Amino acid sequence: MDALVPILLGLFVLAAGATALALRNPVHTALCLVPTWVGLAAIYSWAGAEFVAFAQVLVYVGAVSIVVLFAVLLTRLDGAVERERASPRWRRRALIGVLVAAGVGGVLAYSILNTELTPVNRAMPPETGVRELGERLVGTDVVALLAVGVLLTVALLGGVVVAAREGREDGA
Amino acid sequence: MSASTASGVLETFPLEARAFLLERLPTPWGWLAASLLSIGAIVVVFASIFAISTLLERKILARIQNRPGPNRVGPGGLLQPLADAIKTITKEDIVPRSADGLLHFLAPVVLVAGALLSFAVIPFGRHLVPVELEAGVLFFFAAAASSEVAVFMAGWASRNKYAMLAAMRALAQLISYELPLVLAVVPVVMLAGSLSTVEIVAAQAGWWGGILPQWHVFSPWGLGAFLVFMIAALAESNRSPFDLPEAESELIAGHLTEYSGFKYALFFMAEYLGMTALCCLAVTLFLGGWHAPSAFLEFVPSYLWFGAKLGVLIVVLMWIRGTVPRLRIDQLMRLSWKFLVPVALGTIVNAAFWHSSAEWGGAWPAVRWAAGVALLLGPPAWLARRLSAGLGPRVYRYAT
Repeated sequence: MDALVPILLGLFVLAAGATALALRNPVHTALCLVPTWVGLAAIYSWAGAEFVAFAQVLVYVGAVSIVVLFAVLLTRLDGAVERERASPRWRRRALIGVLVAAGVGGVLAYSILNTELTPVNRAMPPETGVRELGERLVGTDVVALLAVGVLLTVALLGGVVVAAREGREDGA
Repeated sequence: MSASTASGVLETFPLEARAFLLERLPTPWGWLAASLLSIGAIVVVFASIFAISTLLERKILARIQNRPGPNRVGPGGLLQPLADAIKTITKEDIVPRSADGLLHFLAPVVLVAGALLSFAVIPFGRHLVPVELEAGVLFFFAAAASSEVAVFMAGWASRNKYAMLAAMRALAQLISYELPLVLAVVPVVMLAGSLSTVEIVAAQAGWWGGILPQWHVFSPWGLGAFLVFMIAALAESNRSPFDLPEAESELIAGHLTEYSGFKYALFFMAEYLGMTALCCLAVTLFLGGWHAPSAFLEFVPSYLWFGAKLGVLIVVLMWIRGTVPRLRIDQLMRLSWKFLVPVALGTIVNAAFWHSSAEWGGAWPAVRWAAGVALLLGPPAWLARRLSAGLGPRVYRYAT
């Protein structure tokens, strides 16, 4: 019974993700990501990582989904796909996309395969509470946190630059 | 002595009632029934608060505008919520032909479900906590996050330009004000050293000098964080003066335009539930939760104190709705990003100072309070002066 829960949740997440990919309407796709993220949060919650589960819902359902929806609504999609196909560089772009996806997948698979899975004692409360998590984040792992912060800032600045350039083209 | 035992009985009465009911059930169903009882209690109590607050709001707004308000149904209009309920349930449910049927249906459901979920972690009394979570405050915001998706679903699924525009506005507003709302909670979490709502209430026990309760609102950083939190909470629950998403003079009824009958009522229910939930959190984080304001008043059951503080907050929000005019969209955004967010960051600094100066002895507590108050008043005053530079003072010329 206890082993069945994560399997069912995993199937739910996969089903929601597959539905998101299969739907043709981009808004439906974006909304379909919400159950996927909630399912992931449920898996974290089952594993005893309460804080991560709630943070997942707060950040992904509350903010990322909205950003995705805004992006879908504020970009013109009519005929954009056909134009992209016609562009001579679409093959190279697709290749880069596949390479990046394979790289991320490889790193994830490597780290998962090299992690020792210890059976969780569900009767015991999880050892790492919120306080320990915070102390690790700003203590031992502070470099990683800062790196992520810099990365996000750069991404934000990039977004501003891209948006500003589009605005100038419209004005001209 | 008899008074204290009587209060003890009243204090534990809800627990006794629950135990009494659960004893009559076979054990395998006990845990399920216990959860269902908590859920049922939350739904019944807060649905009644919703009904009462609609009537109260209409009455208070009417009094502010110097008119009687609803006074035909029942004595003094007391049965008006009942009449409203019957009206909305029996009205025709219209779904536009071009609407996205499933999302149109799901939006009000998700909205109400999210609003109800957030009540789960509020400690309503000394022994009345539906779910005790280590990361309770985070759970509250996670549950409330679903409202943003729901508002978008309502606006987009209606296939109506006003609804769509209002949904975009609502999203921009909800995201902008979520930031100061969460930032205002950070100092509380820092000082209490816990994300658990129960422990945050426990951290507010005791009295300053035996008179002033040690609630967070009665400290310099707490007052600042509380004010930022309440302003952001007003905007999060789409209430006046931040009710732009449903500004009737510009967008008909916003994302509610294509809703009728019971679904329309559900939207209103979600709005009031969301407002009540945020007020509950404000009471928990800043106003001492269920703690009595004075030692000799502790004989009153703790949940009644919680209810009284909640009632005061809700009435204040209605009062604000009756007095303050609606903001323009750019003013709304400016208020959040240029004023509330920096002020909320300032309260975090203030809280850090308060925390590090906790051990000061002798005459230093006076210095500590003075510095705290300076940190409370300084940054907002400076920001307000800078932001309003070039905008005022306005000169009004009247015909003579």
